[in-house]
Amino acid sequence: MAGLSSNLLFIAFILYLVSILFYGGSIKEKRANQGKRETNKWGKIAVSLTIIGFIAQLGYFITRWIAAKHAPVSNMFEFTTFFGMALVGAFIVIYFIYRTTLLGLFTMPVAILIIAYASMFPREITPLIPALQSYWLHIHVTTAAIGEAILAISFAAGLIYLVKGIDQSTRSKKTFWLEVIMFSLVAVLGFVAVSSIFSAADYHEEFSWVDKHDNEATLDYSMPALIGPHEGQLLTEGGLNPLVSVPAFINAKKLNTVVWSLIGGIVLYVIIRLVLRKRISAALQPLVKNIKLDFVDEISYRSVLIGFPVFTLGALIFAMIWAHMAWSRFWGWDPKEVWALITWLFYAAFLHLRLSKGWHGEKSAWLAVVGFVIIMFNLVAVNLVIAGLHSYAGS
Amino acid sequence: MEQVKCECGHVNPHGTVLCEACGKVLDEQEEKKSQLLDMRYEGSARRSQTYNKTIVDKIWNFFSSVKVGVWLIVLTLIASILGTILPQEMYINLPPEVYYEQEYGWFGKMYYQLGFHDLYGSWWYLLLIAMIGVSLVICSLDRVIPLYKALKAQRVTRNEGFLKRQRVFGTTSNFSDHDLKLVKEHLKAKRYQIREENGDLLAEKGRFSRWGPYVNHIGLIIFLFGGMLRFIPGMYVNEDLWVREGETALVPETGEQFYLKNNQFILQTYDKNKDKTFEEAIERAGQVVKNYQSNVELYQKKSESLPGEEPKLEKVKEYKVRVNHPLTFDGYSIFQSSYRSELNSMTFSLTNKQTNQSVGDLTISLVNPKSHYDLGNGYSVEIIEYFPDFEFDKNKEPSTKSRVPNNPAFVFRMISPEKPEGETSFVAIKQTIEPFGENTYKMSFKGIETKNVSGFTVRKDSSLWAIILGGIIFMIGVVQGAYWNHRRIWIQRKNGQVWIAAHTNKNWYGLKQEIEACIENTELNIPVDQLQAEKEEQEGA
Repeated sequence: MAGLSSNLLFIAFILYLVSILFYGGSIKEKRANQGKRETNKWGKIAVSLTIIGFIAQLGYFITRWIAAKHAPVSNMFEFTTFFGMALVGAFIVIYFIYRTTLLGLFTMPVAILIIAYASMFPREITPLIPALQSYWLHIHVTTAAIGEAILAISFAAGLIYLVKGIDQSTRSKKTFWLEVIMFSLVAVLGFVAVSSIFSAADYHEEFSWVDKHDNEATLDYSMPALIGPHEGQLLTEGGLNPLVSVPAFINAKKLNTVVWSLIGGIVLYVIIRLVLRKRISAALQPLVKNIKLDFVDEISYRSVLIGFPVFTLGALIFAMIWAHMAWSRFWGWDPKEVWALITWLFYAAFLHLRLSKGWHGEKSAWLAVVGFVIIMFNLVAVNLVIAGLHSYAGS
Repeated sequence: MEQVKCECGHVNPHGTVLCEACGKVLDEQEEKKSQLLDMRYEGSARRSQTYNKTIVDKIWNFFSSVKVGVWLIVLTLIASILGTILPQEMYINLPPEVYYEQEYGWFGKMYYQLGFHDLYGSWWYLLLIAMIGVSLVICSLDRVIPLYKALKAQRVTRNEGFLKRQRVFGTTSNFSDHDLKLVKEHLKAKRYQIREENGDLLAEKGRFSRWGPYVNHIGLIIFLFGGMLRFIPGMYVNEDLWVREGETALVPETGEQFYLKNNQFILQTYDKNKDKTFEEAIERAGQVVKNYQSNVELYQKKSESLPGEEPKLEKVKEYKVRVNHPLTFDGYSIFQSSYRSELNSMTFSLTNKQTNQSVGDLTISLVNPKSHYDLGNGYSVEIIEYFPDFEFDKNKEPSTKSRVPNNPAFVFRMISPEKPEGETSFVAIKQTIEPFGENTYKMSFKGIETKNVSGFTVRKDSSLWAIILGGIIFMIGVVQGAYWNHRRIWIQRKNGQVWIAAHTNKNWYGLKQEIEACIENTELNIPVDQLQAEKEEQEGA
């Protein structure tokens, strides 16, 4: 069952990947009928591929559930994969409301990056610790992920808005920050590429080091150490001697991974720039020329409106009910809880800002981007760096 | 108070921008602007926009501003972020003044000195939350009442200027009555409420979604009120309770009514041979806990007992307390929260130092030691003093830190036929002191026995009803406001033409589609989105 499950996920991944080509094609093809929003042949194929991929991934989810006897949302790999699936699902729903394939062209790459990122974490089926043994695991985690995924659609729409709306003919703060977003997406790809390469080469090197309580310990690196641990001694022959070493309270191994990902990201980005000979966002601009700014603005706002209640229910209310049962209090200021609150406060501010006139359009698009950054921070940094009670998710 | 009478005859309260009944622009400044009408709150007379004289007005206006509300939200958001940089006080296991500097150096020290170790309990964080609460109340009142009045007073026939300056607007000169009839049927089929007056028509639906924000604000206020209730003594109980296996303990804060007996503590881990699915993961992690469980019995006191007398207890129920499965009774919940292993007894042998021969063993309970142990044949041991958690105090005198036997120490008197008056010996873990000279006998250590102690959290939260109610009302409000739209379509005869104007509080795309569908197969022109037209003109130029 577990084998079938992995295969289905792989099939879904490939289908999503292929669908991007067709989304691209559907945009390129000149529309005969400008007035009516009708999806052309390319678009129809793209959406069909997405739906089949989604069903395949649903198959992965169900078969893994059967194998593990609990919903596969209990560790970093499973949760992040589910988030990617929810993003695809949310796109399909929004697509059938607004019928624009352009949204797919921007959403699917994000979803693919998320799923690829997820698969860099240990993929074994993990047993549940006592706190997780509750049906609220299924309810809380899935609802929260679906809410975040719908909110993430507003990011995709916001991105389209910015790519179209920002003047790329001159350098400005706006073009810079938009390019930072593009680079971040490339950097995720960099992380995936670097991790895959070293993992395929089965790279390992070991250090003895001194932790912050002055205990000696050994540490296993799966990437060559650019950043070494506190008073680290390389034990593996032929391993890379670190360029710098950091104080004991910094996690050298994680920092090393971040540095490698950034290097990978920069290399990829430079290659892309050399090929395109312009900013990524400038290169994307022709793709979005047919869409109306008002229209994407509305999609962005609408996805926040749809996602906000779902997020509140899943990430705060269900979370509180479960926390009350498992940890004896409904709210305990655990970092993950606080970041859910921060996300919620942010989107609450977003909705209130839309009330005042100035915050439509471009400003609102920037906000949608920031919202997504917060969601990603909660997923990545809070799990891996800040940890806390939800630290099970960091494995 | 000054009131404004519109030419349509409706009397509006002072400060009204758009006539509640016909929508005519009453405010002269608004009149001069040639663009689209600002339809927020229906142009009704909001207190905050009308009065600004007394101090009450100023406070009211401050808190009724969305801008202030957003600032409060953003400040709370930033403050909340600060609190996640380092662990909060409740998640550390050392005194904060030591912990932060030791773990995080100068940064940790600064963090502690700024009071960020207890950020969410700080006066200024609570003040921020309280201000959000005030803002919620005032913002809502300032808007909901005039909005309600305006929507109630609206008439079907509208002022020309009002219609023209709607975002969606269009006119048709050639039409038939049949067309209008058809449109009306279509609107009905789409569940619009239809009102007609002088041949004019107003189709409206989803007005209740306008109340969504106010409903969810009420929910939030109730929620915050619930949070405040916790500060009232007795509303909120949160106590730790440690019960050793086989023992019965009073459940704190229950008015000495309830007692908990811990029969057994169970710790189970996953077995990689049995749980084959998890084999790889268990190998990676080493050991994964499957279950923390305490088998307990709950007792209730039957009758009043005299001080010192054992209370008469009656069993209420048996329960297996596990994580996620608390024992609940009478508003209290008992959660499995931790466990530890404690020393339970120590075994010694009274030994002749010279011959190294034992004359008898004794097992001393560390929880409830006897004072005298008779070993027969004239041998016995007395415990003169017992320190369960031994340390030397400030005066270098032996003392005990707590009643938990973490580091037991004894002063024994060993009585033997040779020394009938006894020999004194001080015995602690790994050390023996003979204060009155060389002894003939010694207490040699033979072994220890440990016992599990279950750690429970006793919780009673009488504010939960408010939290739950607030949460439910919030969800209803937020769904009401987010998933429905308030749409109005005016179809009116003006100057021999048919004018169509429409307004929605959000989702214009959906509204336009609905209008297109409703006037399909008629001669009527599709109304134009004037905002989009304006933008396109600008973009084109």
